[in-house]
Amino acid sequence: MVSAAPAPAKTSSVPALSCKGLVKRYGELVAVDGLDLEVAAGECFGLLGPNGAGKTTTVELFEGLLQPDGGLLEVLGERWQGDGQALRSRLGVQLQETRFPEKLRVIELATLFRSFYRDGLEPAAALALVGLEEKRKAFVRELSGGQKQRLSLACALVGDPEVLFLDEPTTGLDPASRRQIWEIVENLKSRGRTVLLTTHYMEEAARLCDRVAIVDRGRILAIGAPEVLIASLGAEHVIELETDREIPEALLAGLPGIEAVRREEATVRLTVRAVHRVVPPLLAGLSEHSIGVLRLATHSATLEDLFISLTGRTLEGGGLASETSGKKK
Amino acid sequence: MSAMADPGKPRSRRGPLQFPLAQLTLARLREFLREPEAVFWVFLFPLLLAIALGVAFRNRPPDPLPVGIESGPASAARLEALEASGTLVPQVLTRPEAEHALATGKLTLVVLATDPPTYWFDPTRPDSRLARLEVDQALEKAAGRTDHFEPQVLEMTERGARYIDFLVPGLLGMNLMGTGMWSIGFSLVQQRSGKLLKLFIASPMRRWQLLAAQVLARLVFLALEVSVLLGFAVVALDVPMRGSIAAVAAVAVLGALAFVGLGLLVASRPRTIEGVSGLMNLVMFPMWIFSGVFFSNERFPAVLQPFIQALPLTALNDSLRAVMLDGATLMSQGPELAILAGWGLIGFAGALKLFRWT
Repeated sequence: MVSAAPAPAKTSSVPALSCKGLVKRYGELVAVDGLDLEVAAGECFGLLGPNGAGKTTTVELFEGLLQPDGGLLEVLGERWQGDGQALRSRLGVQLQETRFPEKLRVIELATLFRSFYRDGLEPAAALALVGLEEKRKAFVRELSGGQKQRLSLACALVGDPEVLFLDEPTTGLDPASRRQIWEIVENLKSRGRTVLLTTHYMEEAARLCDRVAIVDRGRILAIGAPEVLIASLGAEHVIELETDREIPEALLAGLPGIEAVRREEATVRLTVRAVHRVVPPLLAGLSEHSIGVLRLATHSATLEDLFISLTGRTLEGGGLASETSGKKK
Repeated sequence: MSAMADPGKPRSRRGPLQFPLAQLTLARLREFLREPEAVFWVFLFPLLLAIALGVAFRNRPPDPLPVGIESGPASAARLEALEASGTLVPQVLTRPEAEHALATGKLTLVVLATDPPTYWFDPTRPDSRLARLEVDQALEKAAGRTDHFEPQVLEMTERGARYIDFLVPGLLGMNLMGTGMWSIGFSLVQQRSGKLLKLFIASPMRRWQLLAAQVLARLVFLALEVSVLLGFAVVALDVPMRGSIAAVAAVAVLGALAFVGLGLLVASRPRTIEGVSGLMNLVMFPMWIFSGVFFSNERFPAVLQPFIQALPLTALNDSLRAVMLDGATLMSQGPELAILAGWGLIGFAGALKLFRWT
């Protein structure tokens, strides 16, 4: 019996995923605009960006579901050609929002997906990996959103893939379900699986990913380990301030240690090196001008702040529940 | 070897029932059998329809014909003469009443108060033409005409000539068309809109296996569907089965495959249930009308016949009737079977070429 188990020495030298000058167009729209990426075996790599940034298109190009219009693309050292069956059997795929048949049971679906792979996990073992073993007899329609998402993870895992693609694995989930998914992905990471995930939650990218690429409009704006990227902002804290009147430019300019000022509707965002040196003179200045403070919040700089400093826009769609509450009326 | 890389993660090989074709077919069967509505439409609905139509169109003695007599000097004598006939239900009424009753179809014919009588009726209505003959004979007899002879009558009530006998093969054909197309169309479009097809092709599943599983699942239901409907028809409705069971089965399988092919073709592009429903109805509508389910397709004019005969449901219905009612052999059904096979091939080939997976 010829087992296709890859030699570990070989996989570590060849990047699990790589692309150079990758381009994908939909008519006039350039969804992926000359992307260069390299993901090492065993790495958890995140594509972070707002909706429509080209994250899903990039992942589907790697999955062999889309044909690139330009550039080179390799998965586990191979190009997509022919039916790609041999390569597919080494990958696990989770798509955004797959609707599984409501009338099938959890274990039946896992068994169905297991049947597509020559080698793999026992279906029950795949369910155990995602904490669904007690739901094995349940119908899909009886599952919560988070459980359905874990089922789709189990279906991606049941072939025991070398590379796992997770497209927005926690979008639309409640915080508890999100944390469960994170624990599963961390568990996979510890087992040496290569993971490519997309997300627009900076918290998720920072927690799970060894490296992230910040993408916007089909291009990579920054790439690196999350803490390195955040450090590149040159400041560690962000002050968010909401006032009843506009703050004069001169007041802000006179404050010490301010790296950047961004105004967004009624909110002013100050990127600062030390909060304790900025806040007292800031509040004094505001009361001098009789400007009322509606909200004052500070937090450590995040990938979100990096994205804002790179694009002038926020990563829309949440992930900032703790910070954005009350901002959207 | 591979187990070393990951302790605590049991790897396994597939068991006999764990191959993709078996699993895909099983999934399809399970989904269907857990859908009570689908079970109703496939198995119960044709039975109920057969019973209802069988009751509505049961053979019974001909209805007496309602006729009118315009009131006038001779109306009493005419009433007596028509009542004596036994096949007519006459009544006397005024001219305006008579006109209204005739126009609304409550009367088949009115005898006007002239001498000799005038028969007032719509010659395009078969009932009225019959009434004319009956009325004429009754009045002539009352006026003193003598018959040259008294004919003997032999009534024909043979099995196989009743309406229900005509109907059952037609219902079977219609059911094979409807369930074949709906079940395949809905399930594929649902899987497409739910991105399940996309997830399948991202896995190492081979594409033909998904389509083959649809066909296999369909054939399992077909066996159930045909035996339930035909069993009921033969046992409860006394419909004859003159050809061999094998010939009926062969025709049913080929017919089912033709509609599976068409179902795959129709379901190969749409992304929504609404879209595929519209297409399905567009494809099936002409066949409901022209293919002779409820009445013989020979009623349509000759210019339409080449089109009608080329429809798969026409071929299926004609062939089922020939085998069941006339005891025809499979060999004699060559042209019909060729039409069915042709539609099946067109459907499969077109679906393979056009199929949208994402």
